[in-house]
Amino acid sequence: MVGGGGSGGLLENANPLIYERSGERPVTPGEEDEQVPDSIDAREIFDLIRSINDPEHPLTLEELNVVEQVRVQVSDPESTVAVAFTPTIPHCSMATLIGLSIKVKLLRSLPQRFKMDVHITPGTHASEHAVNKQLADKERVAAALENTHLLEVVNQCLSARS
Amino acid sequence: MAAAAVMVEAAAPTGALWGLVQDFVMGQQESPADQVAADVKSGNYTVLKVVEALGSSLENPEPRTRARGIQLLSQVLLQCHSLLLEKEVVHLILFYENRLKDHHLVIPSVLQGLRALSLCVALPPGLAVSVLKAIFQEVHVQSLLQVDRHTVFSIITNFMQSREEGPFVEELFEVTSCYFPIDFTPPPNDPYGIQRDDLILSLRAVLASTPRFAEFLLPLLIEKVDSEILSAKLDSLQTLNACCAVYGQKELKDFLPSLWASIRREVFQTASERVEAEGLAALHSLTACLSRSVLRADAEDLLNSFLSNILQDCRHHLCEPDMKLVWPSAKLLQTAAGASARACDHITSNVLPLLLEQFHKHSQSNQRRTILEMILGFLKLQQKWSYEDKDERPLSGFKDQLCSLVFMAITDPSTQLQLVGIRTLTVLGAQPDLLSSGDLELAIGHLYRLSFLEEDSQSCRMAALEASGALASFYPGAFSSYLLPKLAKELQRGELDVTREHGPNKCSRHLLCLQALSAVSTHPSIVKETLPLLLQHLWQANKGNVVIGFNDIIAICQSLQQVAEKCHRDPDSCWYFHETALPCLFALAVQASMPEDSSVLRKVLLEDEVLAALASVISTATIHLSSELAAQSVTRIVPLFLDGNISFLPENSFPSRFQPFQDGCSRQRRLVVLLMAFVCSLPRNVEIPQLTQLMRELLELSCCPGCPFSSTAAAKCFAGLLNKHPAGQQLDEFLQLAVDTVEAGLGAGSSRSQAFTLLLWVTKALVLRYHPLSSCLTARLMGLLSDPELGPAAADGFSLLMSDCTDVLTRACHADVRIMFRQRFFTDNVPDLVQGFHAAPQDVKPNYLKGLSHVLNRLPKPVLLPELPTLLSLLLEALSCTDSVVQLSTLSCLQPLLLEAPQIMSLHIDTLVTKFLNLSSSPSMAVRIAALQCMNALTHLPTPVLLPYKPQVIRALAKPLDDKKRLVRKEAVSARGEWFLLGSPGS
Repeated sequence: MVGGGGSGGLLENANPLIYERSGERPVTPGEEDEQVPDSIDAREIFDLIRSINDPEHPLTLEELNVVEQVRVQVSDPESTVAVAFTPTIPHCSMATLIGLSIKVKLLRSLPQRFKMDVHITPGTHASEHAVNKQLADKERVAAALENTHLLEVVNQCLSARS
Repeated sequence: MAAAAVMVEAAAPTGALWGLVQDFVMGQQESPADQVAADVKSGNYTVLKVVEALGSSLENPEPRTRARGIQLLSQVLLQCHSLLLEKEVVHLILFYENRLKDHHLVIPSVLQGLRALSLCVALPPGLAVSVLKAIFQEVHVQSLLQVDRHTVFSIITNFMQSREEGPFVEELFEVTSCYFPIDFTPPPNDPYGIQRDDLILSLRAVLASTPRFAEFLLPLLIEKVDSEILSAKLDSLQTLNACCAVYGQKELKDFLPSLWASIRREVFQTASERVEAEGLAALHSLTACLSRSVLRADAEDLLNSFLSNILQDCRHHLCEPDMKLVWPSAKLLQTAAGASARACDHITSNVLPLLLEQFHKHSQSNQRRTILEMILGFLKLQQKWSYEDKDERPLSGFKDQLCSLVFMAITDPSTQLQLVGIRTLTVLGAQPDLLSSGDLELAIGHLYRLSFLEEDSQSCRMAALEASGALASFYPGAFSSYLLPKLAKELQRGELDVTREHGPNKCSRHLLCLQALSAVSTHPSIVKETLPLLLQHLWQANKGNVVIGFNDIIAICQSLQQVAEKCHRDPDSCWYFHETALPCLFALAVQASMPEDSSVLRKVLLEDEVLAALASVISTATIHLSSELAAQSVTRIVPLFLDGNISFLPENSFPSRFQPFQDGCSRQRRLVVLLMAFVCSLPRNVEIPQLTQLMRELLELSCCPGCPFSSTAAAKCFAGLLNKHPAGQQLDEFLQLAVDTVEAGLGAGSSRSQAFTLLLWVTKALVLRYHPLSSCLTARLMGLLSDPELGPAAADGFSLLMSDCTDVLTRACHADVRIMFRQRFFTDNVPDLVQGFHAAPQDVKPNYLKGLSHVLNRLPKPVLLPELPTLLSLLLEALSCTDSVVQLSTLSCLQPLLLEAPQIMSLHIDTLVTKFLNLSSSPSMAVRIAALQCMNALTHLPTPVLLPYKPQVIRALAKPLDDKKRLVRKEAVSARGEWFLLGSPGS
């Protein structure tokens, strides 16, 4: 499902612009109150995906501005999540892999009731349509995760940075 | 050989010696060597005789026999080298050097002998060189066995004491540097406990020991920094750093361009924060080294050319419009500038004009913020160096530009830019004689404005308060003229406003003004203006001229508290505060406690929280008093409480007498908490007048039913005094009194709970100072765990015993608190608690578990860990306890244990998984969080143990992903994520 790239050659974008990491979400008194329910909001989804590692830089998707909180749409009552991500360059061959990592992270972290949509920010990638189609296809995603090599790369992206 | 032959001819061997030599060489026995050495030491025969006795074996055609012969001689020499005469040493060295040519089987024994000789005090000059030459010439050291290489190093080390390494620099370097960089992993079950870092540090100490290695070492370090291996990069940079301590310009000269290129690359293309940090540290040391080298008159100063190189490679990055590589460049420049005053001058004078220009070129706030942050970094470096001559200060020329830039920043709409602006202002203000009076007036105007920012700009407001405090300590005069009048007016305006309306805006402005007043009280002369303002404000409220409520009083107390804290460093201010504030506060409280008084404010003043806030001010204002001044104060305050002597209070025409220890007036009794705050904060050597009477009154009040606030304050006050009282008869009498009071109270029905509180506080006072009676009292407390009425309270009491108090019995208020009291309490009492638990009837078992939980919870984890395995079965049982305090404490004990002792915990995997998953749906949020953290920690157990549970756990953890609390979901997400990675590729 992912074509080429990342095979140890030169980086496609060797010197990306680096963005500041947002700090930990401050804990509010409401969050500490046993009784008050906290709904799942955009920041919570963003916190799930912002620390995913980029497949080719020692940086997170947040530091590369691939994911941003404003590009997360969530409705807790309707159980829907939509995440748009922006590849660093329009020809980035890692786009599908990044999308897959985001998708897997959400699958592992959100309640089953959620319907999730992970797609490329419109107009930011040459093969936007093809990538989106692959990411939306449940069977393809499942098949991709059967592939040991792919699963390995995805797991590396999702592992906590040492 | 020739030398030996000469000696052999000298005399005939002694009989006994002959036998011993034969037993060792031919008989292959080991003990004769020690015997021979002992005989030589006791003077029975000389080393020469030994050589003679060895004679034939040293010339034996069989190399094993020769080796054995030399081994004997070497072992004797190792024990007797101090007895050798210079002439003997010369002969022996000649002999051994010659033997280095012998068969390889003989070499280890020869080296042992040379090692013995290298220890000789009587070593004639030149021989060390000769020995080393012979070794390096005849033996290929790198291919020797480890133990023999060690011997060679010992010989070198011994000779190094006499500093004769001269001709062997390269050889020495070769035999040591072949280990660099260290790549070593200790074998499992390693009995020596040598860690990788031990070797790295030892080797580094050798490599960086002498500048003579420089020409060989520096190319090696550059090569290793340029390699792909992270550990090699780190080690090389750290070694370079160490070298700079002993190198000078001469050693570095030829390598500076390459070193700079390597460091620059590591920082620009940073793949690891550690490499970046080590790269910067090495640059710092290099620059410092170049800065301190003493130059010959005609030599070129390498510092200038080195810095010019850095500037050339970095400055253009500061000006690129996209601002990539801005930070790495700034870090490199600031690191170099931080190494010496000269470097700082050179770089700052080049970079500042550039950055000032850049600031104006960029118009976006976030770009300006980045540039100002860089400027701030360079300004901060200036503070490291002091300039005696005003004209030499490199900032003088930029002052006006910098000020206008700062004022632009703090009026910018962007909070982030404002924040950097405020920090920059503080740093500029800290430069002596830089800011003019006009600059200050303008700056203070801005700070005043920023101090009253609305809710949503909290961070700016806090930064402005902090800056005001910092600058006021440098310029008290300016703050006194430009800021204090405005604040005083603001406070008065608040007073007037209150009488009219009670809008939320007014309230918050009033609070902000109080905070600004305390923030700026960083100089004694300012305290002399702000403290009267605050007290006056309180007094006005008391007179009814101002209507203020509960929150206002608390805010005033907090401000007073902060002013008191700021007075700590200056003894005069401390006393000024104490002498000014305490009479005023006591007067207000005493007046409010009068039975006739019924106004609203007075009720407010006697509320628990307000009294606690007042107590806190009193305590803070007392803690730092000198003993002499505290002794003055105590002679007024104790009689106030014991005799009702109100003479030192202002406006003291009260309608009734003040008799807090007399029956009847419960309002007055509450003020004992203020007495507690004062007497328990006194230095230990201050004598308290009427102590016996005071202690008796306190005991009596502590068991007085009806007002827990007063009786607890009395118990705490008694305990605080007890803790500080010197051992002796009087202390024993107080203790006896306390025990009698406790027992009487526990026996009577009406005041059992008061007696229990007294017991608890007295126990704490004694536990803290390791008093022998503490074990008795703890046992009494433990007995109460099965008391139907007091059991649960006794269990919670263990929490109080183990925790740090905030008001009394703290180190800050001079209490006797031993550092290890928790560990000691644990060792002394946990076995009894465990035993009590097993013996207790079912319905009181939870009390024991809870008591135990409190003890375990407060113990430092490193101390607790080794003890936990023995408590493990109890902890596992406690997981089934329904009390959420017990559950929480048990989980927090088990969590580190999972990380530290995975093998032991693996045995209980089934129980742990089941219980943790159960608790992850507990009604208590804290328990759910802790249970999920334990589920996460479980992933540290060996993977094969966990894999059978993986599907079940992943399914079960889907449920807390939908918990109603965000903090619980967060833990569920990270635990489930870790379980997914178990046994999966790439993890």
